[in-house]
Amino acid sequence: MTRDDAWAALAAVPDPEIPAISIVDLGIVRALECDGDHVVVTVTPTYAGCPATELIREDITRALTVAGAATVTVHTVLAPPWTTDWLSEDTRARLAAYGIAPPQGKAGDGTRPLVFRPRIRCPRCGSTATEQLSAFGATACKALYRCGDCREPFEYFKPI
Amino acid sequence: MNDITDDSALCAEHFRYVLRIADGSLILAQRLSEWCGHGPVLEEDIALTNIALDLLGQARLLLAHAGRLEDRGRDEDALAYLRDEADFLNPTLVELPNGDFAQTVLRTFFYAGWQQALWEGLLDSRDPTLAAIAAKSRKETRYHCEHLAEWILRLGDGTDESHARMQSALNYLHPYVAELFAPDADDAAAAAAGLGPEGAALRAAWDAAVLPVLVDATLEVPAPTPFRSTGRLGRHSEYLGFLLAEMQSLARAHPGATW
Repeated sequence: MTRDDAWAALAAVPDPEIPAISIVDLGIVRALECDGDHVVVTVTPTYAGCPATELIREDITRALTVAGAATVTVHTVLAPPWTTDWLSEDTRARLAAYGIAPPQGKAGDGTRPLVFRPRIRCPRCGSTATEQLSAFGATACKALYRCGDCREPFEYFKPI
Repeated sequence: MNDITDDSALCAEHFRYVLRIADGSLILAQRLSEWCGHGPVLEEDIALTNIALDLLGQARLLLAHAGRLEDRGRDEDALAYLRDEADFLNPTLVELPNGDFAQTVLRTFFYAGWQQALWEGLLDSRDPTLAAIAAKSRKETRYHCEHLAEWILRLGDGTDESHARMQSALNYLHPYVAELFAPDADDAAAAAAGLGPEGAALRAAWDAAVLPVLVDATLEVPAPTPFRSTGRLGRHSEYLGFLLAEMQSLARAHPGATW
């Protein structure tokens, strides 16, 4: 199996929590090596406690096996730590189209002030008259917001 | 791993150093998860359990690493579920009961503020795995600190009732903070070996992050007392045994069980 085939197979594996984007879009696939029909994939977790991590490993193995790999090894690395800065413009646009406000601004180096709340743009109507309802959402990576103009609630992908 | 694990005495210290950090995350995760389904409002139920999940993720990475350092075949589950009370090295602060929401929030803020300083200090650890876990965790801990600080401001500088409860939580918890910065031979040896900072070195960063929030919240910081809790030495309050009995019951009743 070629590297291109393997990348194509991985690019079709959706994120279990946000199926509008793939695990490649999410930036968690850090390396890929093909040795004949043996494929070695290196992934990094989004959050340390993300419960989807093990499901993603199974999905990777299944997708590559279906695409023709004889054996698949999935390694996990922690460094460099995953960041939302790795999401491409295209991925951000697809998140917004799916109804999740993409992370705003750079995740930075961890030195921003303790209490800081940017204005988040509503993915539905584009208004910035929005308010946070909950600092955490259905998953650790998201917060819950409501738009003051269209009145719809929406999720916000927090920069990290 | 490189030369830092060659010396067996240093290796034992290394194991204990990682275990102390791991156990702090694990025990606080267990305490916070007690709020699942009991939060005062749905949003806070979700927030506290999400923070618990982040802490559990840290604990898992750290315990797995500790198990590899120890090299006696214990994985993260064995270390979490099959050790007894005196083998846990978490500070007493994190094993205290949750109390009310004010006490839960303040305790978690105190520990998250300490973790934040610790993660910074571990970024250039000679142990690359520990440095990687720190680099990952500090980004999560920052969100915890931010969220908890907002509640301390809101409740401390809120109604008479919320202020009284937050002040009462501060009076109860404050004596247990000293342990986080107490000088200690294990910590000093780890620091000398370049593994990471000792607790005592984290005081200034903690004060700078935590005290302004307490002041803004109109809370009065109690005077220091000579009391020192000793959880990090394996001598715990009466609360840890009950916590472990609950946390470990399933794994001990059904050894090797998997989902």
